[in-house]
Amino acid sequence: MTAADVAQQLDAFVTKTVTPEPREGNAPTRIAETEFGMLNAIGLANPGRASFLRETLPQIARIVERPVWVSVGGFCARDYAETCEQLARDDVAAIELNLSCPNVDEAPESAAEIVAACREVVAKPLYAKLSPHSWDLAQTVRAVESAGADGISLVNTLRGVALDARLRPVLARTAGGYSGPALKPVALAAVHAARTATDLPIVGMGGVRSGRDALELIACGATHVALGTVLFADPDAPLRVRRELADAAMQAGHASPESAFGAAHEPVARLAN
Amino acid sequence: MSRPARERRRVVSVEPVGPYVLVRVERGSLDPGAPGQFFMVEAPGRVLPRPMSLCLAPPGELAFLLDPIGPGTRALAAAEPGDRLHIFGPLGNGFRLDVARPLLVGGGIGVAPLPYLSDVLGQPPAVLGFRTAEHAEAAVLVPNAEVVLDPVLVTDVMPTDRDVLACGPEPMLSAIRALAPSAQLAWEAPMACGYGACYGCVVEIDGELKRLCVEGPVLEQEEELSFSS
Repeated sequence: MTAADVAQQLDAFVTKTVTPEPREGNAPTRIAETEFGMLNAIGLANPGRASFLRETLPQIARIVERPVWVSVGGFCARDYAETCEQLARDDVAAIELNLSCPNVDEAPESAAEIVAACREVVAKPLYAKLSPHSWDLAQTVRAVESAGADGISLVNTLRGVALDARLRPVLARTAGGYSGPALKPVALAAVHAARTATDLPIVGMGGVRSGRDALELIACGATHVALGTVLFADPDAPLRVRRELADAAMQAGHASPESAFGAAHEPVARLAN
Repeated sequence: MSRPARERRRVVSVEPVGPYVLVRVERGSLDPGAPGQFFMVEAPGRVLPRPMSLCLAPPGELAFLLDPIGPGTRALAAAEPGDRLHIFGPLGNGFRLDVARPLLVGGGIGVAPLPYLSDVLGQPPAVLGFRTAEHAEAAVLVPNAEVVLDPVLVTDVMPTDRDVLACGPEPMLSAIRALAPSAQLAWEAPMACGYGACYGCVVEIDGELKRLCVEGPVLEQEEELSFSS
């Protein structure tokens, strides 16, 4: 089994983030397992926009044989917009703006300003990948929707630190993005909050390991579910989660996963007293 | 090259070898691959599997030698016969076997891939270094081995007119590289996926950060490798 085999089990494949210039990424050590998740500080390692568009993207499109979503990163709104401009091509199904990588310096502009800059130059579906750190996610969601986003991706990782036996940070960069099972409640909260603010498609992700996990995101308002960390331990997870999803819906009293959409928003009937 | 596969396989036995632990699992239809290649072995209850080079490939089995020093390796060491573990591999690049006068060199838990390598190469001479006599009990797995104990180092006794195939801690591999220009060295790095997707296991090779799971774990001498940590 190769990365391509894994990708072919998916409905769509989201690339690693591409930035204008090539990036080696952060020095090792880059990953650390913790009790309930993992930290990564890869640092947006990528071949840069020019090489990505010329070589990597055609290669990915050929290998995965699925719609390809390109994750776009940058250090200012112009970085994002210039890359988006070049993504108006047939092998790109959608663009996900990585507005929330915890492992690199952030752009000075707001998420909405970056979305607006990209909206001006590209007609492709534009998804804003947001951080769960925000205290008022609903407001951010409304802002990026007004700026022209076609969808929201939630959540990116949370910043975390792991220490070794001698109490030194395991990661060379000290802090990294925390992902895996521990992130699921955070993702559920974010998707739930976002769904109260928008009718746009939401790609829910964060700690999904099972069909039940995916169903919970759907119940909170996700229209799509993405997998990340689970793929490292279980490259067969896409097929398995898909298989489990229908059963999970039945067990939750829904005829299908679709019918569970938004279930977590329905008013709860409470017994008097 | 053998195609990696992922199967859930029953644990046959878990045996102490000095302070180390040898975990034998049913092979199923998994290919043992070449010596020096590795498998991602499920660590029960942990988020990530652990990269383990294959130690032994007896008929119908795959065996992994581990040092139970962290939560993942301790969980594996606590596995019981009959437990089932996901095993994914073989992965990465193993040792090049077209060598005229092989010498196996191992240090500590770095002896793990050498029993299988010794078997495939017809039991060539080996030099093994350990911290303590208890750790050196693992030498029983490698035929024709000369054993040295700390403070004696493998590089103190290692002949230099041989084709060296080595695995061990980074300082040992660096010292071997200085002595044996054509040595093949098996390195180690923390890995999340083992199949090239996560970019977590990078090491510096030829001045560039490259994924050890794809480019290694066995690297040729001419591939300059350094660790920043």
